[in-house]
Amino acid sequence: MQYHTPGSFEDAIAIASFAEGVTRFLAGGTDVLVQLRADIVTPDNLIDVKHIDGVTKIEREDSGWRIGIAVSGAEMSEHPDLHNEWPGIVEAMDLVGSTQIQGRATLTGNLCNGSPAADSVPAMIAAGVSVSVAGPNGTRKVAVEDIPVAPGRTSLEKGELISAVHIPARGSDGADAYLRFIPRTEMDIAVVGCGVNLRRDGKTITEARVSLGAVAPTALLVEEAAEAIIGTALDDAALETLAAAASAACNPIDDKRGTIKFRKHVAGVLARRTAKIAYERAGASI
Amino acid sequence: MDRPNGFKFVGTRPDRPDGMDKVTGRAKFGADATAPGMLHAAIVRSPHAHAKILKIDSTKAEAMKEVKAVVTRADFAEGLTGENWNILENVMAGDKALYDGHAVAAVAATTPLAARDAAKLIAVEYEVLPHVTDVDKAMAEGAPVIREGAADKSVPDGLHANVVRYHESGHGDVEAGFAEADLVVEESFKTEATHQGYIEPHACLGQLGSDGKGELWCCTQGHFIVQKTCAALIGIEASQLRVTASEIGGGFGGKTTVFIEPVALALSRKANRPVKLVMSRSEVFRATGPTSSTSMDVKIGMTRDGTITAGEGVFRLQGGAFPGAPADLTAMCAFAPYALKNVKQTGYDVMSNRPKQAAYRAPGSPMAAFAVESVIDELCKKLDLDPVEVRLKNASKEGTKSSFGPRFDRIGLVETLEAAKAHPHYSAPLEPGQGRGLSCGFWFNHGGETSVSLSLSEDGTVALSVGTPDIGGSRASMCLMVAEELGIPYENVRTTIADTATLGYNDVSHGSRVTYASGLAAIKAARDVVNKLCARAANKWGIDKEAVIWEDGCAKPAGPNAGDFEPLPLARIARTMGRTGGPISGHFEATPEGAGMSFATHIVDAEVDGETGQTKVTRYTVVQDAGKAIHPSYVEGQFQGGAAQGIGWALNEEYIYGEDGRLQNAVFLDYRIPVASDLPMIDTVIVEVPNPGHPYGVRGVGETSICPPLAAIANAVSDAAGVRLTELPMSPPRILDALERQAHG
Amino acid sequence: MSMVHVTATVNDDEVEFLCDPRETLLDVLRDRLGLTGAKEGCGTGDCGACSVTVDGRLVCSCLMLGAEAEGKSIATVEGIADGENLHPLQEKFIEHAALQCGICTPGILVATKALLEKNPDPTETEVRYWLAGNLCRCTGYDKIIRAVMDTASDLRKAS
Repeated sequence: MQYHTPGSFEDAIAIASFAEGVTRFLAGGTDVLVQLRADIVTPDNLIDVKHIDGVTKIEREDSGWRIGIAVSGAEMSEHPDLHNEWPGIVEAMDLVGSTQIQGRATLTGNLCNGSPAADSVPAMIAAGVSVSVAGPNGTRKVAVEDIPVAPGRTSLEKGELISAVHIPARGSDGADAYLRFIPRTEMDIAVVGCGVNLRRDGKTITEARVSLGAVAPTALLVEEAAEAIIGTALDDAALETLAAAASAACNPIDDKRGTIKFRKHVAGVLARRTAKIAYERAGASI
Repeated sequence: MDRPNGFKFVGTRPDRPDGMDKVTGRAKFGADATAPGMLHAAIVRSPHAHAKILKIDSTKAEAMKEVKAVVTRADFAEGLTGENWNILENVMAGDKALYDGHAVAAVAATTPLAARDAAKLIAVEYEVLPHVTDVDKAMAEGAPVIREGAADKSVPDGLHANVVRYHESGHGDVEAGFAEADLVVEESFKTEATHQGYIEPHACLGQLGSDGKGELWCCTQGHFIVQKTCAALIGIEASQLRVTASEIGGGFGGKTTVFIEPVALALSRKANRPVKLVMSRSEVFRATGPTSSTSMDVKIGMTRDGTITAGEGVFRLQGGAFPGAPADLTAMCAFAPYALKNVKQTGYDVMSNRPKQAAYRAPGSPMAAFAVESVIDELCKKLDLDPVEVRLKNASKEGTKSSFGPRFDRIGLVETLEAAKAHPHYSAPLEPGQGRGLSCGFWFNHGGETSVSLSLSEDGTVALSVGTPDIGGSRASMCLMVAEELGIPYENVRTTIADTATLGYNDVSHGSRVTYASGLAAIKAARDVVNKLCARAANKWGIDKEAVIWEDGCAKPAGPNAGDFEPLPLARIARTMGRTGGPISGHFEATPEGAGMSFATHIVDAEVDGETGQTKVTRYTVVQDAGKAIHPSYVEGQFQGGAAQGIGWALNEEYIYGEDGRLQNAVFLDYRIPVASDLPMIDTVIVEVPNPGHPYGVRGVGETSICPPLAAIANAVSDAAGVRLTELPMSPPRILDALERQAHG
Repeated sequence: MSMVHVTATVNDDEVEFLCDPRETLLDVLRDRLGLTGAKEGCGTGDCGACSVTVDGRLVCSCLMLGAEAEGKSIATVEGIADGENLHPLQEKFIEHAALQCGICTPGILVATKALLEKNPDPTETEVRYWLAGNLCRCTGYDKIIRAVMDTASDLRKAS
């Protein structure tokens, strides 16, 4: 294994473009090193992106935020303005692993690992987050939901890497939330995850995005679930429609972490609970 | 108990002697040792649950310049029989791989990474065979046979070849008993295998020279058994192998046998260099000894006033690919808390394609209690009886003929039940959505072969050598007991775990025996020293030895000579001992048989989320008879640790095998032991009903604490959810399914 | 295999080492620098026994490469005591019997020291969640939590 420490995205792209065999990018390393230790993936080339300028910064961008690709979960949690504006994203990221994992793990890594159960991904999808993808042919902006294509696989081409995460402006009367179900209180991989982002006008929800994790090969953006609550005051009927839409959207598997039946059911439960939190955070009361 | 005037040191809570080492990182555990020229080893393991090994090709690995030795089964002893053969077969597969993770070859190289790389280059050709991992399926007709002829004579005719041992015990006439009952409840239960989950993976450093002399450093609960077993497996005399026990990072029964130690020695013999071998966490899960999984049927009859008229249980235990599942102990523990006129228990030891089970804290008893105490709880609910009163009414006491045969000596079950009843927890109001559960638990406790020595130093301090690895603070207890006998400060006693070349044989640190047996031996060795000290004083004073007593750390003239001479403190006798007859040491060797049996009662509150099936334990109280708590903090620690492990077992921990027979959750991420945020504080009540078999009344405390939790939590969850849970773990999908079944009638 | 040359600070001492790029910081600490206080309980970041701080940030040393330590300041359990004076947390852990086997203790001490530096007045729940990545199989956490709360209280009184 060759270990590289490029000082710029250009250098990183050049190394990745010409590398032979398996290439991995290293930011927080909390997935890459696990795979290395467990002999699942031993990359031929490991490109440490932490020496690139600006990758550790959280900055304002068009009233929203630009998150560097090596910013750790702990740094996001400690950023009061980011946390106030996007508690769903920040808390979703904070749910990834332990305090120790939070010291290293990154949003970008959580996304690029390609796990359908990644906690931050449904939260980012619900929030309408996009990423810059830099590669040999320049930089393109891609919605988060278009990055994962299958468990462990992303839409990034050879030589490409994510160079920044863009969180939109919060705007008024809106809020997001993320909940996940795990059997313990900490340290588990999500059995189901749900992100909700909404805006209200008075008591009426005017915009909403609902995303589910761990219930399909990739995190889902569930439009039927959003439609179930748009135009409502999140009354019981709306919540029931939301839960049904969430459950119906699931295409899960039976595995060691949960059954199909359980995941479908809990997706509905979580959608209800998450929507309520977002609604209350947006300043409305049920 | 023979200290009528009470204790000076015993029952206090001094700092443990190894505390400083363990908070500074200095303590040396299994993987912390090094040796000059040391190699590192890695093991090649079967990815198949059951397969014939056709060919092992290590050419490519041996071509690596870093590789110094490769071993397979051919490098171990031949002609072994009985349990030694079983252990060897488990340590290194012979003709067949018997479970996912079974070792088939090993390699030693100059670095850990090179060893891992080399292991990947060893090509093993398999012929995959049909497998079975479930206990009920393994004993059903048509199940693949793990090994023909493994059954012993106890097994009745007509059972599947995978049933290898059979146990039956009890007394009275259960059918007559059920006929007397007002209500009979019969339920079937299942529990999944769990792992001890010690945080320190197995690790060792072995050296075996061409002169046939060996040294082994390893983390183990019993280095003497490691010595004996390793010597047999690699074909040398036990006396030629000196084994030193490192500090041990948890064992709970799982480090009472060998897995990697003989492999390190075989590699060392071949490479003629020291070899270090450390398991990865996934190897620990796949290839050490988890518990048995079980399938159980329990039937109990009760009259309206709460008298149990009969109890019957069938306990089927899957113990992996070898005989040895504790079906007998499970059966014997099941009804032990109760004085029953009619009781019958049957146990089946069943082989399957899983790793060879090992002991885990009171092996078998927690599962048995889960089944029996759940049925008693159901009877109490249906007959509207108080669970403590029913248990008190039927409780075993001194003189009761136990369910497994002998009459009980002095035991403290009633006292734990009375203490539980009086505890504020038992009468505290519950929040909506919460339920309360209660359970009793029983464990035999063990004595075992024990030897210690105690030597006096000129400066008036003493050094105690014991042969039982300290797995939870036992050195502190040893120091307290010796200080008590000699009347010298706790700090003046140093306890060391001696190696196998320094001390006579010692049984493993298991069976909750250390504070009892090594403690008893330490007390007797101290008394041996006291005799010698008194003799020196008598000699100095020119009086009879019988006229000298030992009191407050001094020899004093007694009887007709009382007051004639100034008392002689230990330090003064020690200072001059070289001139008054030479060094003074005491020792004691025995197999003490008075390990007092032990009982506990646990109370649990749990909250169940009816929408997700998630359970939260909100309050937990352990009440247990310790006989006499030598160092109460570490007794409480044992109570709390057992309860926490039981909570994990009840709610989330399980071995998950896929259709392919491979273990799917061999990491802590998916083998879910309780984390700090899962648990409440765990309240403890130490009941002290002295054990007549120990000078201070000590009973072992380590194991009984894990016997009640599975049932107590199941009873709490069933109370909260309003539906009986009969399968462990009570995972959220299982709880939701139970709720759904109940809703649909 | 080309080795990587690394210069770093460990417990305020400057260290220099060569390592295989696949070696973790934990491997380097234990096998190359002789600091065996950090333990490998899992190698996958699930148990916390290998906890250290890197530039003040709590991490699992099994989930960081040795090569990544270049220019970093690393603190391990061996550096917690000030000479012969134990840190108050170390004293309280002994006093409260907050360890049984002691294998998780180094990681838990490093983690709780980091907690109290960030939050001198944590609630019991905060301590429990902060330590959720430090598995202890012996104690049921009860006495650990008590030792941490007691230390925090003493440190607040002293400051």
